[in-house]
Amino acid sequence: MKVAYWPGCVSRGFTPELHGAMAKVAPLLDIELVELDRANCCGAGVIAEHNQELADTLNARTFALAHRTDGAMMMNICSTCQGSQSECQQRLDANGDYRELINDNLRPDGLQYERGVTNKNFLLVLVEDIGLDELASRVKRPLEDLRVGPFYGCYIVRPRDRLGIGSDLPRDTYLHRLIEALGGTVIDYAGMYKCCGFPIITMNKEASLRQAGTHLGDAVDAEADCLVTPCPLCHLNLDLQQPLAERVVGRDLGMPVLHLPQLVGLALGLEPKQLGMSRHVVKPTSVIDWSESVVAGV
Amino acid sequence: MPEFTLKIRRYLPESGEAPYWQDYTVDLEGHRSVLEGILTARAEQDGTIGIRCSCRAAICGSCGVRINGRAALACKTHLEEALESSQADGEIVVEPMGNMPVLKDLIVDMDAVHWKKIQRVTPWLLPEGPPPEREYVVPHEAMVDVTQSMACIQCGACVSDCLSMEVDSDFIGPAALAKAYRFVGDPRDGQHEERLKDLSEDPAGIYDCTHCFNCIEACPKGVAPMNQIMRLRRMAGDDYEIVDRNNGHRHEQAFTSLVRDNGILWEAELLPRSYGGDSFFGKFAPAAGLELADSLPAIVRALMRRKVTPMGALRPHKIPKEDREQVERIYERVEGRDERLELNLYITGFEDEDEPAGETESQAAAESQGSSA
Repeated sequence: MKVAYWPGCVSRGFTPELHGAMAKVAPLLDIELVELDRANCCGAGVIAEHNQELADTLNARTFALAHRTDGAMMMNICSTCQGSQSECQQRLDANGDYRELINDNLRPDGLQYERGVTNKNFLLVLVEDIGLDELASRVKRPLEDLRVGPFYGCYIVRPRDRLGIGSDLPRDTYLHRLIEALGGTVIDYAGMYKCCGFPIITMNKEASLRQAGTHLGDAVDAEADCLVTPCPLCHLNLDLQQPLAERVVGRDLGMPVLHLPQLVGLALGLEPKQLGMSRHVVKPTSVIDWSESVVAGV
Repeated sequence: MPEFTLKIRRYLPESGEAPYWQDYTVDLEGHRSVLEGILTARAEQDGTIGIRCSCRAAICGSCGVRINGRAALACKTHLEEALESSQADGEIVVEPMGNMPVLKDLIVDMDAVHWKKIQRVTPWLLPEGPPPEREYVVPHEAMVDVTQSMACIQCGACVSDCLSMEVDSDFIGPAALAKAYRFVGDPRDGQHEERLKDLSEDPAGIYDCTHCFNCIEACPKGVAPMNQIMRLRRMAGDDYEIVDRNNGHRHEQAFTSLVRDNGILWEAELLPRSYGGDSFFGKFAPAAGLELADSLPAIVRALMRRKVTPMGALRPHKIPKEDREQVERIYERVEGRDERLELNLYITGFEDEDEPAGETESQAAAESQGSSA
């Protein structure tokens, strides 16, 4: 399957291990990544907060570039990209006059947004396009005895109507179903659908880190071995900032947080180091121990 | 008639006893409301259940509760719909709303939180100059613009589920900030700038919203409080150029200009500029230095683990030159307009010629998912 691949900014900045893991996992799933290396930042909601038309035009440009990739589906590896691009796409698709106005902004560069571009996070691609049965059949090392807590991130589960979530399309359960399909144990905990706090890290650091620390603490209490998230921004607050979050909530946490392609890669037989886990701020000792015990058991 | 089991959280603070759960099974048609279920249980089985309600038609805003973990109006939620969203083995879980103290069972103290915060934003018009001889004349578009925030029925559902308020009880919160927009967007009000300055400078103001969309999900009236908060930020930052002490405006400016210059974001530069100001020299400002020192434990570990390399932090990722020029042209064109353009789907609605592409896609995905399962 060929996809127009949008890695986002953070996977090329502060979470390089995410981009790397995706590149390693894709061939194992027969996904051909055609990287949108000319596309621009989605704005992460911040540019829309400054100027809605600007954010909509920038994302329309990305969609137009994706459309040129032989009409392939666009795939992202960042919930925040998914959410902010969906928000712009909803406006672009909802109103022909507005779409025309945005296209006027793109026309000097020979680009045009047309309705019908499909843009999906890797999580949605795994469940809806590859299929969990197919994925399970490719698992080389089932995540047996690994207790994984899902951390969805806001942008991939809310608002439900914009993201097409309903009883016929339960996208807000995909992370649960994916962990099960990979052979792992799903750990439910209070914070799994809550906000990591990242958007206010520069505005109210204390409240931001209290959110991250609280959810990590809930996962520790539920005895999860690790968390998994489809959002690199959540990863920044949950992993990179974890030492500071520990300070705010006043407890040791030591909770490893994996990027979604890392968890998939583990089950497909890749080693933690190949998946860039040595680059995490919180060393995923429990995951490394688990992978070694599996090897020892074979 | 079908049976529905309501699992209701019971609590009487002055009793000194801990909260507990109690199940009630009621015989009612599935299209009847959760409120009718609660009232039936109270009338037929247990007169001590505490619930506040009045109109039973989703207009008075009295019966806000949490149903299966999410805030909603009990009178606007069908029993069958509640059962469908239940995660608890066929039981409909009914709790009091969050972020507010419980007075009894499903009744929370709205005065202690919700109304106090509403009062905080001066929720009345402050016109300038003497009143006109006859009525105020307000352009139609201006009134349409504030209708969304005027649709609020003060039920407190958004306050209940606000994730910022959960960790920072000082946060002014979604309902009150949506109410603030109702006056900032009203041309008759003469205090727009003062209101915006007040809400920007307050550490618990517009920049304390964590953009989690929970209030949009909770609101039974489509007010989308978070969207109103984003409009307040847009006006504060761009119309009045209010540089707040919470780094809100600096963060937005730094983000926007880094994307203009590089095509994609340069996070290593975003953080210091958010504290120190949006220029190359921002990172040398005292505020940026203080922040750097405070974050040292995280920075040192990120460097040690080679998550971030010194060169990676000092040099931005960029998209190709030709594309950067395209991005820059887009900025020039859009920011060069006399007036900022905004499309509010609450007002304009969706085109009726055919379904929005997003929905069609979801349906197609649902179908393909069904076939692969």
